[in-house]
Amino acid sequence: MLKALFRKKKYATVSVDNDNNYSNNIKKNENKKQDDIDNKLWTKCKKCGEILLKEDIKEDLYTCGKCNYYFRIPARERINMIFDKDTFIEYDKELKAGNPLEFPEYDKKLKKAADKSKEVEAIVTGEGDIKGIKAILCVMEANFMMGSMGSVVGEKITRAIEKAIEKKLPVIIFCASGGARMQEGILSLMQMGKTSAALNRLSDEKLPFISVLTDPTTGGVTASFAMLGDIILAEPKALIGFAGPRVIEQTIRQRLPEGFQRSEFLKEKGFIDKIVKRKYLKEKIYKILYIHTMGSERYE
Amino acid sequence: MSNDLEFEKPIIELENKIGELEKFSKENEVDLSNEIKILKNKLDNMKDEIYENITPWQKVKIARHKERPTTLEYIEKIFTDFIEFHGDRNYGDDNAIVGGIAILEDTPVTVIGHQKGKDTKDNIKRNFGMPHPEGYRKALRLMKQAEKFNRPVIMFVDTPGAYCGLEAEQRGQGEAIATNLLKMSGLKTPILVVVIGEGGSGGALGLSIGDRICMLEHSIYSVISPEGLSSILWKDASLAEEAADIMKLTSKDLLDLKVIDKIIKEPPGGTHKDLDLVSENIKNYLNDEISKLLKLEKKELLNNRYKKVREIGIYN
Repeated sequence: MLKALFRKKKYATVSVDNDNNYSNNIKKNENKKQDDIDNKLWTKCKKCGEILLKEDIKEDLYTCGKCNYYFRIPARERINMIFDKDTFIEYDKELKAGNPLEFPEYDKKLKKAADKSKEVEAIVTGEGDIKGIKAILCVMEANFMMGSMGSVVGEKITRAIEKAIEKKLPVIIFCASGGARMQEGILSLMQMGKTSAALNRLSDEKLPFISVLTDPTTGGVTASFAMLGDIILAEPKALIGFAGPRVIEQTIRQRLPEGFQRSEFLKEKGFIDKIVKRKYLKEKIYKILYIHTMGSERYE
Repeated sequence: MSNDLEFEKPIIELENKIGELEKFSKENEVDLSNEIKILKNKLDNMKDEIYENITPWQKVKIARHKERPTTLEYIEKIFTDFIEFHGDRNYGDDNAIVGGIAILEDTPVTVIGHQKGKDTKDNIKRNFGMPHPEGYRKALRLMKQAEKFNRPVIMFVDTPGAYCGLEAEQRGQGEAIATNLLKMSGLKTPILVVVIGEGGSGGALGLSIGDRICMLEHSIYSVISPEGLSSILWKDASLAEEAADIMKLTSKDLLDLKVIDKIIKEPPGGTHKDLDLVSENIKNYLNDEISKLLKLEKKELLNNRYKKVREIGIYN
C-alpha cells in the first residue's frame, strides 16, 4: 500500500516537472530566438542568467543591472573608465610575441587571441590623466590568451615602469591574468623577475605603485607585480590566488570553502588594502594619487 | 635496483654480464680476455651512445632521482662550519627550505636552499621540497641578514614547486614569492644561484634572482611541470614525456635562451654517481665568481643584476 502511495506521488511530481519543462522550453526557444536574431546585441549574465542588452552592460560599466555581476572588461574600455577623455597616449603598441620555443600551435593561438580581443597582446600600456593627475597605466587584457604573461607583457610592463621613473610618474597596473604563458616556457617565468626588479627601482625613486586586482589574478602574476603594490586595491569578488582552485583541490583532495581566494577573503587575510566597487575606482585612485602629490614637487 | 633509471638498464645488464664472465674465467681458469675486451668496448660505445643522447624526459628522471643529492649534502661537501638557522620570525619554520651561515674557503657566506627528503619520512617532514610562504620569508630574512653583514648569498634550487595548498594560499604564497623577487633584485650583496635538481616554476624562481645563475648539467628548470603542461595541453598527464620534449627545460636550453650563465658538468648518469666531483666543480665555480663579484662596487653589482634579468625575453 505504501508503495502504491509513493508511486502516485511520484506520478504527480513528474507531471509538475513536465509543466516546468514546458515553460522552460518556451523560454529557451525565446532565448534561442534572441540568440539567432540579436547575438550581437544581447548577452546573458553568467551569474543570474538575465538577458541583457550589450549596450546596457557597457553603460553599467560591464556589470549586470540585475545581480551586479562583474563582467571582465576589455582593456580599452578600462582605460576609458580611468583616464580623462582624450588624454591617453599608448606606449609600445607594436610589440608582438614571437615563438621563441617553436611551441606547437602557438602562432595559431596568438592569431585567434588577436581576433578575439582586437589587441596585439595581453596588455595595453601608456600614460594619461586621472582627473588632471598624470599617471602611467598598464591594463591586462583577459580576452587575449587569458591575460597570460609572456615576453611581451613582461617587456611592456617593464618599459612602462622605466618610463615612470624617467618621467617621475606613479604607476597603476590593472591585473587580469591566468599567470605565466606556458607557450613561452622559462622566458615567461623570468618576466616575473624582470617586472619585480623594475618595481624595486620604482620604489627606490619613491614613486607610488597602485596594483588593482580584477577577476582573475592568479599564478605568476600574483607571485610578482600584482602583490607588490604600495597600495593594493581589488574589485569585489575577484578570484585572486597563486595556485588555481582546481589545482589546490587536487592537491589537498577536498573541496575548498565558499569564497576562498575571493577579494573579500584576501582582504580578511591581510593581503589587500581595500575592495573598491568598479564605479568608484577612478575616484579612489585619483584620491590616493592626490594625497601622494600633496606637499611634494615630485609630480608635475 | 629499483632506483635504476630505465634508460640505463642496457648498460647495467651489460656490466653485469661482463662481471659474470670475469668471475667465470677466474673461477674456471678459462681465458676469456678477448671476449671480455670486446664486450667492454661495446659497453663504452653503449655508454657514449646513451649518455650523450639523454632526452629531456630522461633528464627529468635524473633531476628527480631518489638518490640525487640534496642541498644539505652539497653544503656538507662544499662549505665548512655550516650553522643552520630556523624560522621566519613571524609564523614558523618551514623545513622545505634550509638556510644558515658557513665558510666557503676563506669567505663567510649565507647558504639557503630548497630541501627535499632522502626517504619517505624525511620527505614528509620536508613536504617533498615544496615550501610554504614562511619558507620564502625565512629565506628573505636570512638574505637581509647576509646583506647587513656583507656576506655573499649562495642559493641551491631544488623544488617541484611552491606548495599549492589551502594554508599556503591563506598565508600569501604569491605575496611571499613576489616580495622575494623584488628584494633579491635589490639586495646589496652578491647572490649566486645553483640549480641542483628540479627548478619548479615560481617556487624555484622565489630563490633564483641573482648575479650568477648556473645549473647542474642534468637539472631542469621550467615554468610548469611536464605533467602539468601535458594535462593542460592534451588533458592527459601521462603524455608528460612529449611535453618535456617541447618545453625547453634542460640546462642547455636555458643557456641557449640566455637565462643561465653556466652549466656545471656531471658524471655520466648523474651527480649521484660522483657527488665529490660535482661538489668540487660547484665549489670552483663559486670561488671564481664570488671573487669577481666582491670586487664590484655595490652600485655596479646591482646595475649588472638588473640588466641580467631585464634582458630576458624574446619578442618582435
